[in-house]
Amino acid sequence: MANKHKDLDHVVHIQPIVLLIFFNALPSMPGSFFLDKMATPAAPASTPAAGPAPAAAPSAAPATAPAPAPTPASAPAPSPAPAPVAAPTPAPASSSDAAAAAATTAAPGQTPASTPAPAQTPAQSLPGPALPGPFPGGRVVRLHPVILASIVDSYERRNEGAARVIGTLLGTVDKHSVEVTNCFSVPHNESEDEVAVDMEFAKNMYELHKKVSPNELILGWYATGHDITEHSVLIHEYYSREAPNPIHLTVDTSLQNGRMSIKAYVSTLMGVPGRTMGVMFTPLTVKYAYYDTERIGVDLIMKTCFSPNRVIGLSSDLQQVGGASARIQDALSTVLQYAEDVLSGKVSADNTVGRFLMSLVNQVPKIVPDDFETMLNSNINDLLMVTYLANLTQSQIALNEKLVNL
Amino acid sequence: THRPHAQMIPSAEAMASRKEGTGSAATSSSSTTGPAGKGKGKGGSGDSAVKQVQIDGLVVLKIIKHYQEEGQGTEVVQGVLLGLVVEDRLEITNCFPFPQHTEDDADFDEVQYQMEMMRSLRHVNIDHLHVGWYQSTYYGSFVTRALLDSQFSYQHAIEESVVLIYDPIKTAQGSLSLKAYRLTPKLMEVCKEKDFSPEALKKGNITFEHMFEEVPIVIKNSHLINVLMWELEKKSAVADKHELLSLASSNHLGKNLQLLMDRVDEMSQDIVKYNTYMRNTSKQQQQKHQYQQRRQQENMQRQSRGEPPLPEEDLSKLFKPPQPPARMDSLLIAGQINTYCQNIKEFTAQNLGKLFMAQALQEYNN
Repeated sequence: MANKHKDLDHVVHIQPIVLLIFFNALPSMPGSFFLDKMATPAAPASTPAAGPAPAAAPSAAPATAPAPAPTPASAPAPSPAPAPVAAPTPAPASSSDAAAAAATTAAPGQTPASTPAPAQTPAQSLPGPALPGPFPGGRVVRLHPVILASIVDSYERRNEGAARVIGTLLGTVDKHSVEVTNCFSVPHNESEDEVAVDMEFAKNMYELHKKVSPNELILGWYATGHDITEHSVLIHEYYSREAPNPIHLTVDTSLQNGRMSIKAYVSTLMGVPGRTMGVMFTPLTVKYAYYDTERIGVDLIMKTCFSPNRVIGLSSDLQQVGGASARIQDALSTVLQYAEDVLSGKVSADNTVGRFLMSLVNQVPKIVPDDFETMLNSNINDLLMVTYLANLTQSQIALNEKLVNL
Repeated sequence: THRPHAQMIPSAEAMASRKEGTGSAATSSSSTTGPAGKGKGKGGSGDSAVKQVQIDGLVVLKIIKHYQEEGQGTEVVQGVLLGLVVEDRLEITNCFPFPQHTEDDADFDEVQYQMEMMRSLRHVNIDHLHVGWYQSTYYGSFVTRALLDSQFSYQHAIEESVVLIYDPIKTAQGSLSLKAYRLTPKLMEVCKEKDFSPEALKKGNITFEHMFEEVPIVIKNSHLINVLMWELEKKSAVADKHELLSLASSNHLGKNLQLLMDRVDEMSQDIVKYNTYMRNTSKQQQQKHQYQQRRQQENMQRQSRGEPPLPEEDLSKLFKPPQPPARMDSLLIAGQINTYCQNIKEFTAQNLGKLFMAQALQEYNN
């Protein structure tokens, strides 16, 4: 067995690239015809060895993916990624489902020993040559800003020479969406041909995090960088053992296109059912979720964008009111500008906007001036009285202090 | 009432790592005396070691999230702050939360948790230096004995540590409420002696205003995080609630006043106790005096009759002096009352401003 691996080594290195070229150049039908030739039966035999091996030592790595496939054929035996299928995604309606579902038996999140070797084709999510499954509509990923800040921070603290960082995503799942509320980075080593992820560390961290928030589950993983690489596929495989249908999040810290694009993917099967299966990352909709307090926190933090040395202080009570009213003033001036434009004919009038404006103006309640005067005065009196009491209390305790210390 | 929460203790590893790690930082910092390894603040230096606290945006978000998800009602959530000290500035770059204390896992080892967490974080290059801890608060009531003890143990081990108090209810009202506190050097001295008797406190000349000192906070972000913020701003919807300008906040004020009243009640009880104590002492003095006088008279009589005088009895055994009431508690109560009053005053100032704005709108309407 070992010899066989050695033989394959040099072959294996070329394979991913070869495969990419194949899959990109050929339509899938001829591809599947070609792949037919490969001896798949031998694969399951080696799987029991590959499967239970904990992802902890992603090992003799490079060949992890293609190695177990003892086939001398030029392309490794791709096999369905076990995870995505069993998950409740409405996803790939392709009949690949049936075959894969059968293969994965009843263990949704784990790599059942019966599935063929976890060799995956590093296909990109291009709707080109491959058979794309329909997008898992209705699957929305809701991100909290704390995750993104955490990811950026770990990217800034990455080791020398590391091009990207990866980590685990934690959160909760409900029927229609997945809410990611926490994350932590996981040390990993990545080079041209191999990738090593410290899963032991990931497990430990998850246990620690669980102590604080017992409701959080592993939802998937994240990576910085703007593209999905072959290694991503491998890592995705590891994570699919931890969570059913893991989500992959990419945060583009290299600022391609001048923006930090944030995308989420889930892996779906593709390929010809019953034969060779591949994995494709299909995009998901990303929405941002905020708690109220988070919103306020983010608004405040955002102010550092405007200050020269990126430093802001926390403002005092009246300053805050001043700030809020300034914001409203800005909003009002925008609205006024719009109204003027409509009046002068620059912009065509829109009835819905008009209605909103109407309700806005009517928000200020119409109260008889005398009544309003009374209300205002009584409120002001209340507040003044409370201030007076507070001051009185303070002087009282100061006095008490002095007396006791006599 | 608060559920008793764990005392936050800086782990031994934290202290150990400070000894090895920050030698250079210590030499550059002007006000710490001696190498960082010692950690004992020499209170005699007068001015405190930290003039400003600089927090990363990430830490703010994490604290907010922790309370939002795990804190309910009057329970407090706590966590540890990590960062480093640069000259007279304390930079907080990361934090991690502490699990809540529940009765069922009494064998939960906090030190273990802390050590593991820090070790793991070190692997991903996160600053693993303890620089303080944070706690959420309910309507501003945080001046308690537990907090004092925790902060003392932190400051004792690591001189520059601060405690960040996060007020979620005030934040929900419109603006982030985060304050950093340290114990004053005077109070540190007293705590070190562990002597909270009135004499010691009087000697230390500690008033409730000088127990905690507030350190100004600034928030700083890196460039990349700024880019992220721009991205978020584009993508997310404009906030449709402007809580800050809401006029319907009498509930909040009512709650604050309620708590203030409770404290003032406690304070008055304390004062009554103190008064009784004073009265008792003076009564005892009188009794002692009378006893002595009677003794003297008897002795004189005996002398005149030629009998030996009665032996001098130990007066302190006869008249046990009453226990002076604990002064520390009343100091804490006074401090708490002070905080409440400050909060109330801030609140009323804001509300007055809002009322005047409403008036202006109304006038315009007419």
